[in-house]
Amino acid sequence: MAQKTIAGISLDVNPEGYLENPAQWTKEIALEIAGEIGIELTDKHFEVLEFLRKEHAAGTQLSIRKVGKSGIVDIKGLYTLFPGGPLKYSAKIAGIPKPVSCV
Amino acid sequence: MSTETKERSLKKVCIICAKGTIEDVYATLVLANGAVMEGIDAKLFFTFFGLDAITKKQMNKIHTGTVGNPAMRMPGGLPFPSILGILPGVEAGVSAMMKSQMDKLDIPPVGEFLEMITAGGGEVYACKLAMDMFKLEAKDLWEGCSGVLTVGDFYSMCGGENTQIIFT
Repeated sequence: MAQKTIAGISLDVNPEGYLENPAQWTKEIALEIAGEIGIELTDKHFEVLEFLRKEHAAGTQLSIRKVGKSGIVDIKGLYTLFPGGPLKYSAKIAGIPKPVSCV
Repeated sequence: MSTETKERSLKKVCIICAKGTIEDVYATLVLANGAVMEGIDAKLFFTFFGLDAITKKQMNKIHTGTVGNPAMRMPGGLPFPSILGILPGVEAGVSAMMKSQMDKLDIPPVGEFLEMITAGGGEVYACKLAMDMFKLEAKDLWEGCSGVLTVGDFYSMCGGENTQIIFT
């Protein structure tokens, strides 16, 4: 398994850089992954990240439609927060696996 | 000279939808949504019967054809006799079943799907010639439609590096 040091911690990551173990995630790790992508995280971003982590832990198959119905942000807002990858970037920053979803 | 070619990522897809069945319309919508979710520009052009997908009256009533489709099977996988497909109500029943399956997979109704695509920056256009043919006016179209175009207008949007035109 690949290892990567993010925010001073050595983490297990997949070849695309997604955390293998969501439990290793911290806010500092989120900030660093977001920085690599070119996104500066705000409180709104963290609300979305917490939602994704909670849903992932509950075993939900994630989609942008589900985030759009979360009451945190609509789909347009999600695209504004995570340009070019509303689901793949948000999941990466949230420290969960890349969602296997076309919606 | 090196013969090595470097793969460059896709930047834009221009998708043409000319048919109004569930499978044709959804193929278009899934391809377009999948593109914007990956940061790829998407331009959609609806023409002929595909116009149903962006016509207010029809967009949420689209059906799948139950005749002349050899891949159509009964639940459980048995063949679906073509003669059944012509019975009143069968097409509607099969279509309702497909829509309920899609709903379980979080695939939204047509109107909501189009909104998701435009929320991600995708653009939706109607074909001028087909509009004239079906006697449709701009007011008949879904509100999020960006305009009515000639083929030439649409092609003028399909330029640029790493752009693909897809005909569903």
